[in-house]
Amino acid sequence: MTPPRPRRDRGLVRPYVVTDGRAHPTRNTLDLVTLVTAVSGRSLSGLSPEKRRVMELCRGGALSVVEVSGHLGLATSVTKVLLSDLVDSGHISIRPPIPKAQLPDAQLLQEVLDGLRSRF
Amino acid sequence: MGSALVSDRVYVADTVTTAVKILIVGHFAVGKTTFVGTLSEIRPLRTEEVMTQAGELIDDLAGVPDKTTTTVAMDFGRLTLSDSLVLYLFGAPGQKRFMRLWKDMMQGALGALVLADTRRLDQSFDIMSVLEEHGMPYAVAVNQFDDAPVFPEAEIREALDLLPETPLVICDAREAESSSKALISLVEYLRTLTSQEQR
Repeated sequence: MTPPRPRRDRGLVRPYVVTDGRAHPTRNTLDLVTLVTAVSGRSLSGLSPEKRRVMELCRGGALSVVEVSGHLGLATSVTKVLLSDLVDSGHISIRPPIPKAQLPDAQLLQEVLDGLRSRF
Repeated sequence: MGSALVSDRVYVADTVTTAVKILIVGHFAVGKTTFVGTLSEIRPLRTEEVMTQAGELIDDLAGVPDKTTTTVAMDFGRLTLSDSLVLYLFGAPGQKRFMRLWKDMMQGALGALVLADTRRLDQSFDIMSVLEEHGMPYAVAVNQFDDAPVFPEAEIREALDLLPETPLVICDAREAESSSKALISLVEYLRTLTSQEQR
């Protein structure tokens, strides 16, 4: 088995403080693999320290929701709450995963297959 | 911080428009983290989710009466498959008691690869039944540990009670080519399922 990675310092701030006591995001459109990026030129004043960290991370380019969560050491549920707020305030833009119905599954699967096969 | 991340190829390419996911599931210590790490182009990341209540009837908490939460780690990695497409691999424990985490992961997933260990095949049943209950198609990959007994495929199929069409492959989660082949057999199977539906 893989040796355990060093545990992250959890810090003193409890998750519900980070989210202002909320357990659910303001929008339910965020999937774990929804791609998010920071909207450039937005002021960070008034944002909580956690939201600033999200913005600093997302300024570099697109990341999925779960990657933001992993890089910042936050649970995905907390990350979704923060990202939803930042989408609402115009700081973050989202590029959702293509819903299944919009792209023929067979075509998408073929692309996945071609991509995997081309690796070797 | 930003520049270090860029040089590390941390970010998704600007041209990417589609992100898909495949689940890598299996019991404790079956090699999920290794599998995800072998294939990921980014340093694999981990999130820790706190579970409450759902496991209280199942987890043996004797001696720890105050324990009402349990932490579940989810590992994930990323593979860029083309200019426009990235694949995320999610490695997570498949037990029923982690249902909430499961539901979030299964949402929109293409399918699942069940990793199995020939020394503990019985521990894969719970996982396969959760996938079946949720209509999530899967293939089984036996992660062949060096010290584990090698069985003929037919015997493994019978032991796992697999449907004839469910793919079964043997892989080594430490090797990229072997792990890729396991994923490829899953995706080939998924494609045959969609073409059957369209007929």
